[in-house]
Amino acid sequence: MNHFEMFNLPVQFALDSADLQKRYRQLQQTLHPDRFANASERDRLLAVQRSSQLNDAYSTLREPLARAEYLLHLQGIDLAHEQTTLRDPEFLMAQMEWRERLEELEQLLRGRHLSPDGLSACPLAVPLALERAEKDLEAEAQQLFQQLEQALAEQQYEAAAILIRKLKFMAKLRIELEGLEDQL
Amino acid sequence: MAYSQKVIDHYENPRNVGSFDKNDPSIATGMVGAPACGDVMKLQIKVNEQGIIEDARFKTYGCGSAIASSSLVTEWVKGKSLDEAAQLKNTQIAEELALPPVKIHCSILAEDAIKAAIEDYKKKHAG
Repeated sequence: MNHFEMFNLPVQFALDSADLQKRYRQLQQTLHPDRFANASERDRLLAVQRSSQLNDAYSTLREPLARAEYLLHLQGIDLAHEQTTLRDPEFLMAQMEWRERLEELEQLLRGRHLSPDGLSACPLAVPLALERAEKDLEAEAQQLFQQLEQALAEQQYEAAAILIRKLKFMAKLRIELEGLEDQL
Repeated sequence: MAYSQKVIDHYENPRNVGSFDKNDPSIATGMVGAPACGDVMKLQIKVNEQGIIEDARFKTYGCGSAIASSSLVTEWVKGKSLDEAAQLKNTQIAEELALPPVKIHCSILAEDAIKAAIEDYKKKHAG
């Protein structure tokens, strides 16, 4: 049974996350250990096993990037363990520029603590710059997600794989940016 | 996970960090990225008229192993011909830096970066 079948959902990228959560909770209830208090050891074990499968399925499907990667996995394209190098100069140049922007933000953050008279003249400058970066990053990722959704709907799996690889870079940038926000 | 002494040395004292002017005809640029970890690597070579790599620069955003791999490659390719540099294998990098299996992809990235730079040079000078 694949992750989609477990929730009785069609095998497709488009998904209502509130609906998924509802289905998850319902299924999780049917597998709750309390219900198996008087069951045989075998049934108890099966319920525990099913419950852990359900958690796996839920955490995969709720994350759009993981869901897309899983859809390709069902098509026999395994991106999780690949060591393929991406060679798209334009995209990678944009990644470099993002990294430079994050470096500048980090320097701004450090300067805020070091020189009370200089950069921190406006105490909101750094949070605003971080917020703007977050919005820009979100917009770029959103665009890629739209292309990904279309590629998957049209069963263009190779194109989808490239978009997933790109979105992994975007996810990494997001983690780095969140790390900076935590320093605020 | 512990880094080897050589990785730490390259990480703390990276060789040849920086950029060349990519519009200079003697310069070629290789840009590569590893989706698995989000690392991005830019490797540039300066090639003379005899086809010898005179100088190299890199800029890498990534873990210590990725930085060390690219730093090492810029050292190794200097003085080599394009064909010699194209022979470089990631296993040599991984061996020199004593990279653990989970970091092998960093050496693959560096190998792909020099190959991409050489391709860029050949494309620039085709015909």
